[in-house]
Amino acid sequence: MISLMDFLMVGAGLFCTGMYVILTKRNAIQVLIGIELMLNGAILNLVAFGKYDRFNNGGQMFALFAIVLAAATTAVALAIILNVYKKYKTIDPGKVDGLKD
Amino acid sequence: MTMVRLVFYLMGFIALASAVFVAATKNVVRSVFMFFVTLMALAGLYVLALADFIAITQIVIYVGGILVLILFAFMLSGKENLAVLEQQNSRFISISKLPALLLAVLFFVVILNILFKTDINNLLWIKKSITLKNAVTPGDEMTNNIGINLMSRYLLPFEAISILLMMALVGAAHLSRKEKSS
Repeated sequence: MISLMDFLMVGAGLFCTGMYVILTKRNAIQVLIGIELMLNGAILNLVAFGKYDRFNNGGQMFALFAIVLAAATTAVALAIILNVYKKYKTIDPGKVDGLKD
Repeated sequence: MTMVRLVFYLMGFIALASAVFVAATKNVVRSVFMFFVTLMALAGLYVLALADFIAITQIVIYVGGILVLILFAFMLSGKENLAVLEQQNSRFISISKLPALLLAVLFFVVILNILFKTDINNLLWIKKSITLKNAVTPGDEMTNNIGINLMSRYLLPFEAISILLMMALVGAAHLSRKEKSS
């Protein structure tokens, strides 16, 4: 069988790629994609550990919860991005530097 | 056995390679579609981890919901962000990106170090769960068990997450409404 270590290494790789995307991209939507990549790395870890919990399903259940939370986060974040675009005419996070007033 | 390993390496390679492509490309639309490939490969990895219900959920929610939402927002936000992209440096590694690359690589090294130091494959509770037959084996039907657990053991987190989801929906609708011109 595939060992736990293999899954965790793939998860670590995804997490670090997502971190690189967040740090380098100058477009809020791409930063959001980076956050999703990091979340997916974490969910992969949950699922891989959930294989050893057959009766309580702890890992799989919280992977489900994490997926639903990611959907909610994305909806709110995209609404915010659209508002920022309406106000500043750019979605570069480095150029959005003012509060409401 | 070797077939399973082969499929695992294929899926892992596709997931990591498309993630790196998302990081490397300049074109936003292309990166969104490569992210789609990453999510599909991850669903395959979930199947190999014997979590088929999670794999289906991943495809339905991530690919059907989140990705369409991202594309929708991208198409709505217009031409301006493409102009931002034109100014970006075309090379994957440049001086301004070096600190980020260094941080990501060092973080990867730290995580791998922790994984090897804890000796993940020989953890005590994992060995115990294998001897107690608490590990999922291929051929088990997990979906029934997940449904029963969702309504009994994990009822409180389930309710909490449903309230949070409703709040997020109301918040998103409130944020994206049209301002009254005053």
